[in-house]
Amino acid sequence: MSKASARSPSVKALAYGFLIFWLILAAFPFLWTLWGSFKVEGDFFSKADWANSIFGTLTQVETGGSFTGDGYYGAWVQEEFWRAALNTLIVCVFVVTISLTCGTLGGYALSRSTYRYAFWFLFFALIFRAMPPITLVSGYLLPFFEWNLWGRLSTTIVVLVAINQPFTLWMLHAFFKNIPKDLDESAMVDGCTRFQAFRHVIIPVMWPGVITTGLFSFLLAYNDFAVTAMLLSTENQTMVPKLASFLGTTQTKGNVMFAVAAVVSVTAPLFVMIIFFQKQIVSGLTAGAVKG
Amino acid sequence: MMLLFIAFPIVSVVTQSLYQAHDQVVIEVENCGPFGCTQETSVDTNATAALRAAQPLGQWAGLSIYKDRNHLAFDEVGAAWANRSGVSDFGKSLMNLPFYRAMAFTLTYTAVVTPLTIILGFFIAIAVNAVARALKGPTIFFSLLPMIVTPLVGSLILFWMVDARGILGTGLQWLADDPTLSVKASTPLMWIMLMVYGVWHAAPFAFIVYYAGLQTVNTDTLEAAMIDGASRWQRIRYVVIPHLVPLTTFVALIQLMDNFRVFEPIVSFSAQAHATSLSYAIYNDLGGETRLLSSAAATSVLTIIGVAILLSPVLVRTWRDFGTPR
Repeated sequence: MSKASARSPSVKALAYGFLIFWLILAAFPFLWTLWGSFKVEGDFFSKADWANSIFGTLTQVETGGSFTGDGYYGAWVQEEFWRAALNTLIVCVFVVTISLTCGTLGGYALSRSTYRYAFWFLFFALIFRAMPPITLVSGYLLPFFEWNLWGRLSTTIVVLVAINQPFTLWMLHAFFKNIPKDLDESAMVDGCTRFQAFRHVIIPVMWPGVITTGLFSFLLAYNDFAVTAMLLSTENQTMVPKLASFLGTTQTKGNVMFAVAAVVSVTAPLFVMIIFFQKQIVSGLTAGAVKG
Repeated sequence: MMLLFIAFPIVSVVTQSLYQAHDQVVIEVENCGPFGCTQETSVDTNATAALRAAQPLGQWAGLSIYKDRNHLAFDEVGAAWANRSGVSDFGKSLMNLPFYRAMAFTLTYTAVVTPLTIILGFFIAIAVNAVARALKGPTIFFSLLPMIVTPLVGSLILFWMVDARGILGTGLQWLADDPTLSVKASTPLMWIMLMVYGVWHAAPFAFIVYYAGLQTVNTDTLEAAMIDGASRWQRIRYVVIPHLVPLTTFVALIQLMDNFRVFEPIVSFSAQAHATSLSYAIYNDLGGETRLLSSAAATSVLTIIGVAILLSPVLVRTWRDFGTPR
């Protein structure tokens, strides 16, 4: 490739230009919103002059400084966004833990069994992926009302795990398939039971796959709107439906900035996650593709 | 012994899969059940009654929910067909029916966003791979952002920017030289905005998959093509693209599924006046004061049928792939 990669300057310039254009397209909205979240509404939506939102002219007039934390104060303290954040934390932790526990045990068993379960899991994973979660929710609602389960965090966790499980199983199944069978078989020849082989041989090498799968379970739980918005009562809401409810209430009050602050707060953890787990996310995304 | 130890996790998996299957059966029952649910309020009164004994679904009503104005609307379609004065007129009367309106938007969205996503992702991948390797790290990092971020949040961010008072909205007004221009007020602009969001959200996925695929292109073939005098474009056309075809099927499949269930952007763009999707129709039915469960369930069934039609070629293919022993 050494010669092949020697390109003419025009093509190079074109490619760089295109990429930089894309980078701006991808990143600018986030930076803009982050910057704007420290302003007052008059600046974030500046009718008079768009430069206001950069220099914060009205913010200075209204609060005295060019940055203000009012939006964050309003959202987190006044509108009790912290409660939603706490709920999100609970939901995410439980969804990830439960689906990983079931997923590792199940995925390991599947990968070592001889029958072709794999197809059926791929099949279910596909179906669950393809169906809008909201269609499932419409099925869940009635029994949940009947059994008085509606509105609780635990119900939502169970539903999210159920939606997530085929995907988790399939991903971990593919991952365990890549761990050579010889490894645990030789452990069993040496006198381990099947379970000991799993514990002492497989568990130490399985972390990369588990982390990747866990990340995707986390994303599903964190980003979900349809299930959480429908199944949780107002006081149990997680961050995303809470944010949507801000839109209903605060736009009339003229406090869009609460929603802007909340948006930044929701994005921040994801941003941190990308910084730390970029490699795992990329490998997880491509895993399905490369294996066909 | 060994059998037992293998069996235990399998049993746990099977029970789990049964559990899921059971869930699905429940859904089927729900979805089919609401065939017979005409009185939505009957849900509330019966909720206090014994668990599931006293017909929680309400009265039997056959397929009438499907035929009413909010779903397939046979009568209205028939009337429109009978009174039509041309194809466009017929289309217009169809667009007044909620189900067909949602269907039209969902299908257009899917048909427009999927190819655009693939093309944009492909070009980003080519650009990073061939020329601008220095930009690889930041490109991957920033590309992940629009994709990973909660769809509701991502679309809100864009929505605020195209607001008539936001920066892009003002820019558009300046470009169009029309100070009253507002994306919120115009149906075509709203559709375009939703699709732009769709591409923005999904292109990174295509990019990352293609980029991974490009790493495995055979360099010998590329060099051989170069020695044979193939230009850069010819190399892309005859060596790289054939290599990426299987990936394209994968990306297209995922994108088809994701785009077909477009939902969150409509909520955060508050675009329901201009564009609704099937998912949004269900959400709307469920979320109102009355909770029109039966109506939502009917739309759900129709959506699932739509998904099944959309995916049937792929499913048949995977079935064949797995059918041959490996």
